Amino acid sequence: MQKKVLHTTNLTIGYKNKSNTTTIAKNLNINLPAGKLIGLIGANGIGKSTLLKTITGILKPLEGKVFMNEKSIEDFKPEDLSKELSIVLTEHLPPSNLTVYEIVALGRQPYTNWLGKLTSEDKNKIDEAISLTEINSFQHKKHYEISDGQLQKTLIARALAQDTNLIILDEPTTHLDLVHKVTLLKLLQKLTHETGKTILYSTHDIDLAIQLCDEMIVITENEILQNQPCKLIEDGVFNTIFKNENIQFDASHGKFNIK
Amino acid sequence: MPNSKKHFILFIALLVSLVLLFFVNISLGSVTIPNEEIIKGIFSQKMNKESWEIILYNFRLPKAFTAILVGMALSISGLLMQTLFRNPLAGPYVLGLSSGASLGVAFVILGAGILPSFLSDLFLTSYGIVVASGLGSALVLMAVLLVSKKLKDTMAILIVGLMFGSFTSAIVSVLTYFSTAEQLQKFTFWSLGSLANLSWNEVSLLALLTFIGLSISFLVIKPLDALLLGEKYASSLGINFKRTRILIIIATSILAGSITAFVGPIAFIGLAVPHMARLIFQTSNHFTLFWSTILLGAIILLFCDIIAQLPGSDLTLPINAITSMIGAPIVIWLLVRKRSFN
Repeated sequence: MQKKVLHTTNLTIGYKNKSNTTTIAKNLNINLPAGKLIGLIGANGIGKSTLLKTITGILKPLEGKVFMNEKSIEDFKPEDLSKELSIVLTEHLPPSNLTVYEIVALGRQPYTNWLGKLTSEDKNKIDEAISLTEINSFQHKKHYEISDGQLQKTLIARALAQDTNLIILDEPTTHLDLVHKVTLLKLLQKLTHETGKTILYSTHDIDLAIQLCDEMIVITENEILQNQPCKLIEDGVFNTIFKNENIQFDASHGKFNIK
Repeated sequence: MPNSKKHFILFIALLVSLVLLFFVNISLGSVTIPNEEIIKGIFSQKMNKESWEIILYNFRLPKAFTAILVGMALSISGLLMQTLFRNPLAGPYVLGLSSGASLGVAFVILGAGILPSFLSDLFLTSYGIVVASGLGSALVLMAVLLVSKKLKDTMAILIVGLMFGSFTSAIVSVLTYFSTAEQLQKFTFWSLGSLANLSWNEVSLLALLTFIGLSISFLVIKPLDALLLGEKYASSLGINFKRTRILIIIATSILAGSITAFVGPIAFIGLAVPHMARLIFQTSNHFTLFWSTILLGAIILLFCDIIAQLPGSDLTLPINAITSMIGAPIVIWLLVRKRSFN
């Protein structure tokens, strides 16, 4: 058995308010093995973001549980969870004067004292994260002076500085062109293999994910599947993602064709 | 980093300006006192004339200390609000605290006719106004806190604060409609703000409240830094957002509420000073911003008060008018200079 970082048991996800409950998906059992790059794919509105929000503890599960290292995330104190799990979001940062270096440095917050003072160990971790993501050249620029691709790398460096076993990214490639998408995903792949971290990311670039991920989680309307990309192709899973007659998956080339 | 050296020099410069402005502030006034005498007076030696001592100890020094306290307290509450609401235009006014205080005072001054005479006499003393103003801002604060429990969205709380502001100023307008010219004048004077006329007892109480408010603010410096990335990132960094938000709201209401109670509403300081601190220090780090905002706030208010005294004349202008005249152009300049208002 592989060591697993995070797993869920019969998870039901969705939103709950006073009057009604919206269930988005039921009976989700996923399992994130250590040291792998895992892609999460599925059509729009199928529940990718909801799933990510639930396993990061932003949303409460409607049923079932999320376990981090065999311990339910509900039993974690926020400061302890922040040492196990870091996130990279798509949303824009609020206006501020933060430099790239300062953003990465904020990743050390779970480890610093009540005033947030950086020790030499913190500074080492920050420098390490900056050199792993190769953002040295613009580390003293303000965050609003750099490109979208550079900002994504910065936020990934921040997550690295947080020194967690698991990093979860919500559609990190959304605003990027092909070159930057590939560079970024290659970086994620390198990080899992060099640092032994587990990285889960959601994406719509299925063909890139097939080529780069160690494992993929596919959410369809009826079920949730997790396997190595080649096995998923063998099983013909990708044809079930989109219910649209104009799109067909070409198993021999590993990509989607338009009829 | 080279930044820390630059910051150190800037802090020294601010400290020196603060001391200089403090001295200029107490040496100016309608009665001319020679500078050597002022220095003698500060180091509690005998001054040449007894009347000078009275002026210095009973009028100028309390007023200068009040200016410093007001500047520090309002600026820090502005800094807290701006980071909490991630809105560069936030300030103690936005939460409706000042409007709440105005409402309390309006009821006391303008509504005095409605109350039985023994009550209105009681309320119209200076402490009565302080209590009324404090109650008013506390009331608005509790209402905002209640709403903030229901609404998770900080932007919504901001709008609620604005609505409270509109609501209370509407009630104040209605009250003015039914009041006499004399009452109206009294209320107008209060609403123009005044740093003068505080006794040493009142200044000490104000200093104590400001100290409490600033201490609470100091506790949230680290979460404030995390909040620069937004609520979700802050939570993922282990920050207890609810607790931080409550601490920030309590600190702001203590700071803004007590200041408004004692000196009336003072506009633009809470809004403009944190921006000036960010501009000068080119940082978002709240530890640096905390100290620079405190110093700058005190400096700006001392400076505004010097202008309000109209050196060389017997007149004193209302402090609120001066802070607005200086603050409003600064905010417009900031807006024009930087589209994204970083």
